[in-house]
Amino acid sequence: MFGKKRVAVIGAGMTLFRRTLKETGKELAWEASKMALDQAGLELKDIDSVVMGTAPDAFDGVHMKGEYLADGSGAYRKPYSRVFVGGGTGVFAVDAGWWHIASGQFDTCLVVGEEKMSSCYPHPAYAFTTIFDPIYARPLGVTLIWIFALEMHRYMHVHGIKKEDIALVSVKNKRNALDHPCAQLGANITVEDVLNSEMLCYPVQRLDISPTSDGAAALVLASEDVAKKVTDNPVWIDGVGWCIDSTFWTNRDLYYPRYVQCAAQMAYKMAGIKNPPKEIDVAEVYDPFDYKELHHMEGLMLARKGQAPRLTAEGVTQRDGDLPINPSGGLLGVGNPIAAAGIMKCCEIFWQLRGEAGKRQVKGDPRTGLAQAWGDLMQYGSVVIMRS
Amino acid sequence: MSEKIKHFPGEQLKNIDVKEGRVPAVRHRPDVKYLWSTGIAMSRFLEGLKKGKIVGSTCKKCDRIMVPPRAFCEQCFKPVDGYVNIKDTGTINTYSASYVAGDASRIKEPILVAIIDLDGASEGMGIFHLLGEIDDWKKIKFGMKVKAVWKPPEERTGAITDIRYFRPLQEG
Repeated sequence: MFGKKRVAVIGAGMTLFRRTLKETGKELAWEASKMALDQAGLELKDIDSVVMGTAPDAFDGVHMKGEYLADGSGAYRKPYSRVFVGGGTGVFAVDAGWWHIASGQFDTCLVVGEEKMSSCYPHPAYAFTTIFDPIYARPLGVTLIWIFALEMHRYMHVHGIKKEDIALVSVKNKRNALDHPCAQLGANITVEDVLNSEMLCYPVQRLDISPTSDGAAALVLASEDVAKKVTDNPVWIDGVGWCIDSTFWTNRDLYYPRYVQCAAQMAYKMAGIKNPPKEIDVAEVYDPFDYKELHHMEGLMLARKGQAPRLTAEGVTQRDGDLPINPSGGLLGVGNPIAAAGIMKCCEIFWQLRGEAGKRQVKGDPRTGLAQAWGDLMQYGSVVIMRS
Repeated sequence: MSEKIKHFPGEQLKNIDVKEGRVPAVRHRPDVKYLWSTGIAMSRFLEGLKKGKIVGSTCKKCDRIMVPPRAFCEQCFKPVDGYVNIKDTGTINTYSASYVAGDASRIKEPILVAIIDLDGASEGMGIFHLLGEIDDWKKIKFGMKVKAVWKPPEERTGAITDIRYFRPLQEG
């Protein structure tokens, strides 16, 4: 065991994920937090500490989102911090919640992720242009979709991967999302639908991308002492990992996310995992684009470099396959309210390991699950490993 | 979701109702402006561009010639050993053709973008820039040699846009 105390997940909650929700970010955070507390059988007074994750302030247009969302996150007069590592925020917030308890400082921690991308109107894409270096990048008009297209194309080129191999991920995840009651974009689509969808930024097409979304999700973490008092089936956090690469994203080979590997190795070492594809039973891998699921499976060493498309084509990553990936439907299907999406992935692993995932339940009584997110300027990996 | 949970909160608003003002909403457009000082290393880079040169910086310990230049090596965390001019030619590391502008609006003529590994810098030291003088982007190839097309000296301002774009070294 790492840290002074073993840490369990004892409750999870989330709102619907939609393009635009009527609720404010604060109200969404409260809904998800309240549900997680209710599921854990706790009240706010039982919570010792709060970690909130939310991504760029520019979406909400309120430049102190930690403060803005504090009341909705259950932080009233409690030790509270907001963490932020771009798209990696949701899973990293759980990493941060882990050390709150593992350090011995607290017995409980409420971890909340919120995103309201609809506030940046009519489209949050322009807010993303403010994430780039103002001196050597922004004057060229660089956008987020351009840099992902460059990464996707490099990945395809190095391994000789075809678009149709990648499109299978979108088909799988949107289909999985049909069984998720909070999903924004569950659908039965075909590889042809993806290949015929609008060309946005070659090789990225409309159906390769997750939507922009509003939503919130939350988890309740507890020390072993508390967890054993309130539940018979805690899910343990046995591994955490996080890592950042250089911000000079044009100075490294984008075909492989080495920082994800670094984060995974940290988490595997903690969890005593030697052979990830054999020992991980189910994984929620960050999939804002379809190629990212493949790219991240390789970074997580769940597939050899360049081999994730083959595993996908063979059905290994389907819900009834040997290594189910994104049984929730992922960001492509459930939606992508950024920080909330990362926590949604941790919720899914929690529900899968408790056998509560209903129609989405993977076969074979999964015991070990992994959730991962990716963020900042294509440079950040965050990983959580849970066991039932 | 857990199968134990029967109701998930959230009230969806329809795009059309938002657009046509049928839901309560408050609007605001901030007017925020910035002036960035360009720092020790990037000031050298921008001054170089004004003279038609691409400036990199060197780290002897890590045996790297780095571009964009930096004042310190992020790997060994020492100050760089100096600044050098590198070539304005390079090879295409990866590329894309974008039909989407920064505000997500659609454009007919695609913007061609690439990471270009510059000659004379350490292997894999690329910069992000635009491609031009290409009639059909499907003719772009990985590993294609390209060269910077500069603005005339009197139009240069000491900005990354002093290079208009990179063009193929051989036609085709």
